[in-house]
Amino acid sequence: MPVPADQYFFIDPNRCIGCESCVQACSECDTHKGHSMIHLEYANRRESPQTLPVVCMHCDSPTCAEVCPADAIKRTEDGVVQTARKPRCIACNNCVLACPFGVPKMNVRQELMMKCDMCYDRTSEGKRPMCATVCPSQALFFGTREEIERLRPRSRPINEFQFGFQTIHTKVRMMVPRETVATHIDVAEVLCHPDEGSDQEDAMLAAALCELPIVART
Amino acid sequence: MAQPPTSRVNIIEHFGPHLAYAEGTRLDRGLTPDRLVQTHCCFCGQQCGIQLKVKDNEVIGFEPWEEFPFNQGMLCPKGVKRYLQGSHPDRLLSALKRDPSSPGGFHTLGYDEAIRQAAERIGQIQSQHGNDAFAVLSGASLTTEKTYLMGKFARVCLKTPYIDYNGRLCMVSAAAGNKKAFGIDRAANPWSDILGAGVVWISGANVAECAPITTNYVWQARENGAKIIVVDPRITPLARTCDLFLPIKPGRDVALFNGILHLMIEHDWLDHAFIEAHTVGFESLAESVRAWPPARTAEVTGIAERAIRKAAEWWGTAKTSFLLHARGIEHHSHGVQNVLGAINIVLASGRIGRENCGYATITGQANGQGGREHGQKCDQLPGARDLANPEHRAHVAKIWGVSPDELPQPGVDAYEIFRKIDRGEIRGLLSICFNPLVSLPDNNFVARMLDKLDFYVAIDFFLNDTAHRADLVLPGSLHEEDEGTVTQIEGRVIKINQAVTPPGEARQDWRIIQDLAVALGRPHGFTFAHPREIFEELRRASQGGIADYSGITWEKIEQQHGVFWPCPSEDHPGTPRLFEPGSHNPIAKGAGPFYFPDGRARFNVAEYTAPMEDVDAAYPVILTTGRVVSHFLSGTQTRRIGPLVDQYPEPRVEIHPQLAARLGLGDGEWTTVTSRRGEITVRAQVVKTIRPDTVFIPYHWAGPKSANQVTISAQDPISKIPEYKVCAVRLSKAAAPPEYATQLERQQ
Repeated sequence: MPVPADQYFFIDPNRCIGCESCVQACSECDTHKGHSMIHLEYANRRESPQTLPVVCMHCDSPTCAEVCPADAIKRTEDGVVQTARKPRCIACNNCVLACPFGVPKMNVRQELMMKCDMCYDRTSEGKRPMCATVCPSQALFFGTREEIERLRPRSRPINEFQFGFQTIHTKVRMMVPRETVATHIDVAEVLCHPDEGSDQEDAMLAAALCELPIVART
Repeated sequence: MAQPPTSRVNIIEHFGPHLAYAEGTRLDRGLTPDRLVQTHCCFCGQQCGIQLKVKDNEVIGFEPWEEFPFNQGMLCPKGVKRYLQGSHPDRLLSALKRDPSSPGGFHTLGYDEAIRQAAERIGQIQSQHGNDAFAVLSGASLTTEKTYLMGKFARVCLKTPYIDYNGRLCMVSAAAGNKKAFGIDRAANPWSDILGAGVVWISGANVAECAPITTNYVWQARENGAKIIVVDPRITPLARTCDLFLPIKPGRDVALFNGILHLMIEHDWLDHAFIEAHTVGFESLAESVRAWPPARTAEVTGIAERAIRKAAEWWGTAKTSFLLHARGIEHHSHGVQNVLGAINIVLASGRIGRENCGYATITGQANGQGGREHGQKCDQLPGARDLANPEHRAHVAKIWGVSPDELPQPGVDAYEIFRKIDRGEIRGLLSICFNPLVSLPDNNFVARMLDKLDFYVAIDFFLNDTAHRADLVLPGSLHEEDEGTVTQIEGRVIKINQAVTPPGEARQDWRIIQDLAVALGRPHGFTFAHPREIFEELRRASQGGIADYSGITWEKIEQQHGVFWPCPSEDHPGTPRLFEPGSHNPIAKGAGPFYFPDGRARFNVAEYTAPMEDVDAAYPVILTTGRVVSHFLSGTQTRRIGPLVDQYPEPRVEIHPQLAARLGLGDGEWTTVTSRRGEITVRAQVVKTIRPDTVFIPYHWAGPKSANQVTISAQDPISKIPEYKVCAVRLSKAAAPPEYATQLERQQ
């Protein structure tokens, strides 16, 4: 049974509380029991408790699969990009290096690339992924477009991302503030001119990552 | 007498904490469980619904329980990994007796012999020194049935007034403040009322780490248009996205609330009709807050005046609102005053007792609510009845089949029990579900007092740090090995269902207590064959009281996904929202919504006093303490669960870069934090998310990693809660890593 076509996975970094419930629950999934296929990143712990859960974005044209010399990474007809197939994976790390979202991890002991498969054992049976089910702040959400529109009137989902000249469309949606223009940052440009970010870009980054409250000076 | 029988390292080597990970059947892919047991989490007061997967009398995993309305399948990391504590290598399978000649300091002995010896020693102490020479320390994680039994055991079997519980360390300031203002001690609203509030005010509550599911309620309210105000010395994960953050100086909350009320009066942001119809005492309160203009409030609280004015305006002009607070304002030597200050701004707004308008404290422990309502608190009898009240005594004595005169008078709080040990008045102690050596402040004093005891018997399922000093340890039961009820954060009575049976010679706690009563030759009233029988007696004992459970049945709980108390009859649906017009109220009897004979709430003048120990030249920095998300309380359980330990393996001291620079401390460097009572050496975590005059250390660890070596045992005069949230310290770079960094396992 395929993952229902009207069900989407949404990530809302503004809601992430860094509790790692997703990380702990992911390792309970039957398809990769004992291993977590999601990880948590701090944006900059010295500055803020802002964290970001990182899952596979399940790209429409997955770079990881495109760069795989062994054709080990398959995408299901319902758009879920799977962990590399054990008989084919040669542990070359191409996918790990190429993924613009930094998702695939090499399991060195098993010589196998492993990554989030959107809890295919659960989602293909009509259940929600383990991480999105347990997430206490619902930074990870699995449901319909109507549900997310009702629950997040201040936000909107995007699934188009720009990395340099590469435009990527994903099955997973990222929630961004409704009023903010999601102007994409060209990583190459930032690398060349680190001090010349536009105000608009800074504002977008600040709003997307942390809507800073008024902090009274003492 | 009760000094550890061998070195701490030896005890830990034998009894843990050791780390459990998923392995064996728990790691088996595709394994079909025998059954799913719908129950609740064993940790905090939210009591999230969870389904445990059981295979061959072992809990092998979990499945989200999405139908349970409070959490709808959501869980924090502790709930996800709780199943790893069952079948744990550290699990106590038999009774232990102190034996310095044994490698681990204890040898095993048969359960029946252990009960006989415990009863003999208790009997000796009480016959030589009187009944009052023996004390009981109980726990707020026990089911309500067990807490009821513990209170009855202390007063009817042991005939001692000295029983108290670790809820004393949790939310008793809120309880006392609620009783003074509302006449009843319970969250006023179900959490669903948060969703429609126009302003959500959160004071002293690290919601994201201590009550993670509540985050979703708060942020959903924000999505629905609410403004979120957070008052905290740290930018917590929830504070990060609030609309207004007030970085208060620890211990000054009552000043802020008084300052807010001052502005509400000045701008006439008051509900005069509500104040007139439903309250008393506003005039004298209004007079008292004249002394709190914004400039003074700003000076005392350390918050900018413009932010105080903004908060007052948002709160004052809101149409609907919800105020939440937790230990951040309650763990103080004036915690009750802080709570009263919070309640005053709620009452002045008139926004309580109706939809989308509410007030609550965030219960910290699993059964913090039910655990104090039914008799293990030193001054209370079942039904939240007052032990000093003759009518209340007569009601409960009749249920218990004793004369009211036989019931002891109110005892003393948990910390005072240790002071009585110091004075030689208490010679023996029984503890269950309480780990005071980690959880009480100034715990070097607690350790010395345990050493003074003639006899100490502990009931536990892991050998906790306090039980290292026990003469006898009786093997109790894990959460999933027994059934009963608990009352969660909203006042919802829910059902804990048994998943597995206790292993080895371990026994369900209520059986151990009854076996002790029989061995003491006082079995009358302790012949329950099942927790359901205890609940049936509890229902009758609570009937007519404020915490009336008489209409609650186990079946009704399961049918309704919980029943909110009070519930005075079986055809009554329960009371999710207190103070609604016409709702059940045995005190006011129709006179008004609040639980006083005239039905009116009380405004109380909330007096500001500085913390007991303020900073000075020798100790110039404020230390505050609290939790991290992957550990729970004294860590008896979570420091044994590998993935949770890996998530947060050791305490760190959070320091602002300005303070760190002044002291020459770098991120990750070993730092010694010293107070007048002790010192602790931990790594520094340099972050801009804490006030520069304040440092923070989480308190879940034992021994040399215990933050409570440093904290002060000052207590609130009314609630007797300790002042964990403020003491004065100095910091310095450690000359070398502490011994524990090289000698002990990482989880120690």
